[in-house]
Amino acid sequence: MMNQPATENGGVFVFLEQTSGTIEGVSLEVLGKAREIGDRLSKKVTAVLLGSDITTAAEECARRGADLVLVGDSPLLKDYTTETYSAVMLPLLSEMDPDIILVGATHNGTSLASALAIRLHAGLMAHVVDLELEEGTGVLLGAVPGFGGSIVAMCRCRGRPQMATVKPGVFTPLAPEGCAPGIVKSLALNITEDAVKQVVLEKSVGGGPDISRAESVVVAGLGCGDLDLARRLARALHAELAVSRPLADKGIAPKELVVGSTGSGLNAKLVVVLGVSGASHFTSGIRNAKSVIAINKDPNATIFRHSDFCVRDDVKRVVPELITRLEDKSDGGT
Amino acid sequence: MKQVVCLKVTPKVDQIKFDDQKKTVVREGVENEIDDADKNALEMALVQKDKFGGTVAVVSMGPPAFEPFLKLAVAMGADDAILLSDRGFAGSDTFATSRVLAAAIRKLSPLDIVYCGEASADGSTEQVPPSIAEWLGMPGITYVTNLECEGQAVKARRDIRGGYEIVQARTPVLLSVELGCNTPRFPDFRRKRWADKEFKLTVWGMQDLGLQASQAGNEGSLTTVTELRNMRATARRSQYIEGTTEEIVSRLLLAIEEAR
Repeated sequence: MMNQPATENGGVFVFLEQTSGTIEGVSLEVLGKAREIGDRLSKKVTAVLLGSDITTAAEECARRGADLVLVGDSPLLKDYTTETYSAVMLPLLSEMDPDIILVGATHNGTSLASALAIRLHAGLMAHVVDLELEEGTGVLLGAVPGFGGSIVAMCRCRGRPQMATVKPGVFTPLAPEGCAPGIVKSLALNITEDAVKQVVLEKSVGGGPDISRAESVVVAGLGCGDLDLARRLARALHAELAVSRPLADKGIAPKELVVGSTGSGLNAKLVVVLGVSGASHFTSGIRNAKSVIAINKDPNATIFRHSDFCVRDDVKRVVPELITRLEDKSDGGT
Repeated sequence: MKQVVCLKVTPKVDQIKFDDQKKTVVREGVENEIDDADKNALEMALVQKDKFGGTVAVVSMGPPAFEPFLKLAVAMGADDAILLSDRGFAGSDTFATSRVLAAAIRKLSPLDIVYCGEASADGSTEQVPPSIAEWLGMPGITYVTNLECEGQAVKARRDIRGGYEIVQARTPVLLSVELGCNTPRFPDFRRKRWADKEFKLTVWGMQDLGLQASQAGNEGSLTTVTELRNMRATARRSQYIEGTTEEIVSRLLLAIEEAR
């Protein structure tokens, strides 16, 4: 860490996404990484939060790594639309002139970052799984996964600002205790109805589980048959249920639950993988798991190379017995 | 109703190998296909055409060898196909790619709806559709799973984290379409024969689109790949557990306890 005081101009800029007043997990992860980058460059970290009735959320972000949290609070910003959000962000970014702009790679975050990059003529690295600063130059380097997550391209932007969207689950949010609290400031907005090009008529967010943050996860694959067995094991383990991509493509499970390069990365202590063959686009999602148990009846399944404990047997034989023993244990014990 | 669908021809992902020595992607001998999400986008456009009439044009950026794939799209029901092909387009990142596609779409304007697949199977950046919308100054609705049109009003259901929302906008509008949200139709046998024998593909290069060399390809890109790395695998124990089901389960219970 360098010791010069942080400078006012430039710096690291983070877009914080919220849903109904709750900050997206990935936004806090990005903010944590931005703090680290800001410290290394001796630059300030500015975060912007847009929405309606979001004061509490803004205060939380000020304790999670931001020097300054700018709050744009307006009924017109209640629901995300690319046009209204970029109408607020563009003048702000022109004024602040950041060196680096980081955005969580959710659907809305990716849409916003793409639109901003065009308007700012900025390079945008896609859903990076790591960020580094180049020795000597301080240029931002991003690890962009490609071809199903088996290969990463180390990328850099030409010119500035340098932009990246960040894949959920790869960085760790800062604990509020360890951070010097930042300042929360309201933005003077001059956004009008004219900026509204699309209207959200209806919204349903179940607030489903965030599998990237779960302590224990049971992952069901094609070799699992239906989801029933995996769901019962998840319940017995007090774990979250997740799936491999094909189950979502077939409509058996929602896309939210997909693990791997097209879904979430897991950070669990325990991951039990049932009937998943283990293609690279899947295994990239269990890279950060602490302990992996795999059950698959194909003795040559690739998943075994990416697991700590390997059971070459039928899921339908082993898992019911495992559930029974887990349930017995919790009935008899504690 | 005038509609345009952007298609990408991508290598089949499971056939792609990484050459560890050369640090490059081996593309030789790999089969290509129209990207799956783009087929869903084309289907969504064709359903609207079935309902309201009009035309659907497909636009794709790539080498002349992609012609058969565009003809396949014509056999599925597209009325016109334009290949954006120029050596100067090679090496385009999402900034340059979206700029080239937007220039082609502008040339096809006025139009009602532009469709893209949400992401391609190879790059899967998801950036190109919202970027094209920005170049064109059109509202962009991303990750669409369902579409209803009525006059100039477009009502789309889109996927967001934890659920969905239904948004309304007015044409012209750009939609990125979710993979697997519909079942793309098969190419029609008679259309296929017509497409192969009589249909003339339109090819546009840099000049046709009014672009400068500095606006496309490697030169017009704002990101650079410095190095390709094989994703290092996490070291795992790969300890095989054998025995009767009871023995296996006992060992698993220990492993579970140890992990937590």
